Amino acid sequence: MPQVTLTVNGKSASVEVEARTLLVELLREKLGLTGTHVGCDTSQCGACVVHVDGTSVKACTMLAVQADGASVTTIEGLAKADGTLHPMQEMFREHHALQCGFCTPGMVMSAIDLVQSHPEGLTEAQIRHGLEGNLCRCTGYHNIVKAIAAAWPIMHGKVPAAAE
Amino acid sequence: MYDFAYQKPASLADAVKALGAEDAKALAGGQTLIPVLKQRLNKPSVVVDLSRLGLSGISLTGETVTIGAMTTHATVANSADVKRAIPALAHLASLIGDEQVRHRGTIGGSLANNDPSADYPAAVLALGATIKTDRRTIAADDYFQGMFATALEPNEVITSVTFPIPAKAAYMKFNNPASRYAMVGVFVAKGPQGVRVAITGAGQGGVFRHAAYEAALAANWSADALNGITTPTDGLNSDIHASAEYRAHLIGVMAKRATAAAG
Ligand SMILES: Cc1cc2nc3c(=O)[nH]c(=O)nc-3n(C[C@H](O)[C@H](O)[C@H](O)COP(=O)(O)OP(=O)(O)OC[C@H]3O[C@@H](n4cnc5c(N)ncnc54)[C@H](O)[C@@H]3O)c2cc1C
Ligand code: FES
Ligand code: FES
Repeated sequence: MPQVTLTVNGKSASVEVEARTLLVELLREKLGLTGTHVGCDTSQCGACVVHVDGTSVKACTMLAVQADGASVTTIEGLAKADGTLHPMQEMFREHHALQCGFCTPGMVMSAIDLVQSHPEGLTEAQIRHGLEGNLCRCTGYHNIVKAIAAAWPIMHGKVPAAAE
Repeated sequence: MYDFAYQKPASLADAVKALGAEDAKALAGGQTLIPVLKQRLNKPSVVVDLSRLGLSGISLTGETVTIGAMTTHATVANSADVKRAIPALAHLASLIGDEQVRHRGTIGGSLANNDPSADYPAAVLALGATIKTDRRTIAADDYFQGMFATALEPNEVITSVTFPIPAKAAYMKFNNPASRYAMVGVFVAKGPQGVRVAITGAGQGGVFRHAAYEAALAANWSADALNGITTPTDGLNSDIHASAEYRAHLIGVMAKRATAAAG
């Protein structure tokens, strides 16, 4: 069976997989990282989004063998060791951007890539276009869009993180 | 998903050889192939990953833009060179699927697959692009051979696509809100090969050229030149998303918008 060696959330892992094993199966079933969700069979919902070498991708639409040698970040890799949330997670909390939470890991991973790849600024229309690959059945998206807009200045160092 | 053997060859020659095996399948971005495998609609013996062949990148001459087969939709959409030389092509790439699909999906995979609702076939046909493979070059007019059918031989690998730079071009897409594929997409271009109009999403046989629109726009490049020209419904798709009559109507609307946008 193929051997895949990759870095997940900063830690190196070497795992034996079948060629047909999906990256999301490797993460959830081999590494126990169940924060990355599976919400569909059709590559449409975005619940499975993770970062591979810094870029957001659907982990259900990539073979584990394709991630050999890559650096993967999942929702579990965002908060600091002391539990301090990533600014995007903090803004999701602050703006009530989640209800049941099923879509949230994928939303947060897509949102972070979106903010990082737009240092020049991000309009509401761009945020909505950027979230086309992430479905949410609960929130109606408005608060997710607000949370992402609020995270942009924090992630780009334009304002200090809100004090309690 | 059925299991298969996996290979990641380091040279084009090795990839072509590996693809010579019975039921071998090339893997590019996987954004079509993996969903198909998950549904067990295909059972390859071996999957040949093309990612180590150095087939991605964009290069420009004064007259052409060449895009490597493994170049992702996101790279084309964000390329300063493509935006300058053929902005309509960068715009088209930015409308494919969603952000995460664009991060992995490739131009070569899209053209090899030739989904009747895919976007790139419209650009390739309207701009009169040339498809380069491991063994030959194929003109756009000879390449598309009906729904999911192309001129490619079973083990043939697309290596790049060369687009002549047009004087004017634009793409307008009416997408299916659930799948994001084109219900109707119209690419209009005025280039070295004259005026060409390609329609995707609508035809039962995949992408096609619209002769009546081409003649009208060649005589008078303006949205008004298309007034009163109807598109026959024979050969247009009719499904739960849209009837053939509605698609015929959308072709007119999208073609006018595209012509106006091309300026
Ligand atoms: C949710 C979702 C939405 C989408 N929306 C759209 C959309 O709006 N518009 C659109 O156009 N597409 C859409 N797509 C499809 C997407 O653009 C795919 O990326 C594309 O169709 C296939 O490219 P790929 O690189 O992913 O190819 P793969 O899936 O890896 O391969 C597709 C096929 O092409 C063959 N192949 C791949 N590369 C080559 C090559 N270089 N030479 C020869 N054969 C090759 C493979 O063997 C396979 O048969 C969508 C996909 C998803 C999952
Ligand atoms: S699980 Fe739905 S897109 Fe991956
Ligand atoms: S919070 Fe329930 S699906 Fe988005």
